[in-house]
Amino acid sequence: MATLNLLQAVNDALFTEMRRDERVVVFGEDVARAGGVFRTTDGLLKEFGEARVFDTPLAESGIIGIGVGMALYGLRPVAEIQFLDFIYPGFDQIVNEAAKMRYRSGGQFTCPMVIRAPYGGGIRGGHYHSQSTEAYFAHTSGLKVVIPSTPADAKGLLAASIRDPDPVIFLEPKHLYRSARGEVPEGEHVEPLGRARLVRRGEHVTLVAWGAMVPVCERSAEEAATEGVQVEVLDLRSLVPLDVDALLASVARTGRLVVVHEAARTAGFGAEVSALVAERAIEYLEAPIYRVTGYDTPFPFALENDYLPTPARVLDAVRQAVRY
Amino acid sequence: MVRVLDERGELDPASPPAPPDSELRYFYLWMLTVRTIDGRMMHLQRQGRIAFYGPITGQEATVVGSVAALGPQDWVFPALREYPAALMRGMPLSHLVHQCYGTALDVVRGRQMPCHYSSPAAHYVAMSSCIGTQVPHAVGAAMAARIRGEDTVAMAYMGDGATSEPDVHAALNFAGVYRAPVVLFCQNNGWAITVPVERQTAASRLVERAEAYGMPGVRVDGNDVLAVHRVTLQAVERARSGGGPTFIEAVTYRMLGHTTSDDPSRYRDPAEVEAWRGRDPLLRMRRFLEARGLWGDEEEAALLARVQAALNAAIEAAEAAPRPPLESLFDDVYAEPTPELERQLAEARGAGSREGAHG
Repeated sequence: MATLNLLQAVNDALFTEMRRDERVVVFGEDVARAGGVFRTTDGLLKEFGEARVFDTPLAESGIIGIGVGMALYGLRPVAEIQFLDFIYPGFDQIVNEAAKMRYRSGGQFTCPMVIRAPYGGGIRGGHYHSQSTEAYFAHTSGLKVVIPSTPADAKGLLAASIRDPDPVIFLEPKHLYRSARGEVPEGEHVEPLGRARLVRRGEHVTLVAWGAMVPVCERSAEEAATEGVQVEVLDLRSLVPLDVDALLASVARTGRLVVVHEAARTAGFGAEVSALVAERAIEYLEAPIYRVTGYDTPFPFALENDYLPTPARVLDAVRQAVRY
Repeated sequence: MVRVLDERGELDPASPPAPPDSELRYFYLWMLTVRTIDGRMMHLQRQGRIAFYGPITGQEATVVGSVAALGPQDWVFPALREYPAALMRGMPLSHLVHQCYGTALDVVRGRQMPCHYSSPAAHYVAMSSCIGTQVPHAVGAAMAARIRGEDTVAMAYMGDGATSEPDVHAALNFAGVYRAPVVLFCQNNGWAITVPVERQTAASRLVERAEAYGMPGVRVDGNDVLAVHRVTLQAVERARSGGGPTFIEAVTYRMLGHTTSDDPSRYRDPAEVEAWRGRDPLLRMRRFLEARGLWGDEEEAALLARVQAALNAAIEAAEAAPRPPLESLFDDVYAEPTPELERQLAEARGAGSREGAHG
């Protein structure tokens, strides 16, 4: 085990998978010579050379589009979009091309590629360096959507995504790149997709979160414990496929659910989590389902900390659920 | 504009020698086959037997001449009007017909509207209906081939309308920057549904773009199969030998509607259509072959009979085939279905049995 931060864990996963499988190629804006604006791809060019690690012109639809072609031809492309906020010129390539290739060809052509993008707030990046729009992708059939919250998961889930036979949107909580530190297994480490992680057990309330909201929920849980409220924290880790069993099992244990995400509330992925619990576990619920989320506004600059869910906001929802 | 055969079917005396006789016959055979298939499929659509069809009538020479320049290892990234590439490279006619009917025997399992074929054996990639999205795929596949040390060339087809798409700009730019072994083949048929090429770009010729992307460009008479074949062969050889991409603008004309869903008489001048009728790519090639004693009425009738018989058999089989099973709706979304998809399949099965119970 080594102690790494989350971006070092991403880097470790890329090194490990590129050494393991020569079909893995890494490309995007500033990923080769600079090693990425956050340094997640640092050192790859030196070890693997410019055939497998290359800088691209500044064009997201081109980056994702050539990735689709490379995947069709048998490579395992890992494309980086510098910030999730910039992915939209490539949205068509993701939702209509990468995501549909297997289906539209009757399984004859496939698109095993990973699109990595740093996402989320907390870095004073304003609207165009902070958004958290995972719901767009989770709504698209044919895509998997994976979001780690710990260094070990960043490595294990990225490895699993690279080995996955289908296209994966891999969102990296940039706020945690340096602040999340933890033990990471050395060498090959694969964490299967579609399994939630029970971060903390508790009997009174379930907090469901992913990415940078997981540590926020953990802090709320610690605070709630001082008030005698035992909070369970479930890190979904992948929105598609979704570990519905773990979600329902947790709600069955606690009878209360608070969903926490950075994204705007309306039609956010929290709505899906809420609907699933309402459909399949309502008999266990002792309180309404609460959502603590970003607001239905563009992501702000000066008021970032008012927009993002905080431990205090989450704790308010926990108290409401318990008192209901 | 490169041209070898004039409209009377006479060879430009300054041009290099024509390909061997067998190849000349092969070009014409495929052009006639394709026109026959188009006629029949259009008819099926008019009769309400298939939902939709996108004909290539008038553009046979651009497709046949260019496809014939590829090797079996090369890949084709088609737009709407390149199905001859699939057939010429080995996709059975029955697959085409089953696809248009969306039957249980359709290899893409009835998931796409007609004309969206897929054939891995022919390296003919399943297309979407989105315009120009396949062009970056071709560039990526070409880059991948080079990374893997293989001499594959990727052929990207696009129409004149597609050149306005940002994905095509990105693809041409990437192809130029990486000197990818790709041929960027634009069928300029003059019209993007109802919008003429003059409204796609203020540039007088699409081929001018090649220079801006740092690659050679060629403008060719798209109704001259020999010229199309010659310039494409040069582009393929350049790509294969490490010389990078080429942009080809083949000037042709869509004699029919964009698809069965539009009426071209509403937006095109009949005189324009008449003028292009005189430049028919089949007529030109037939005159050339006849003058050389390589084709005649007998061969023509025999080929038509053979194609019609094959179509009859394929249509009969497609009309007798069941529609795809309900389960196929849920297959191939992912390599392995997610638990939610399995749950929804069970739900769909239940909905089916309830309907059945009510007769």
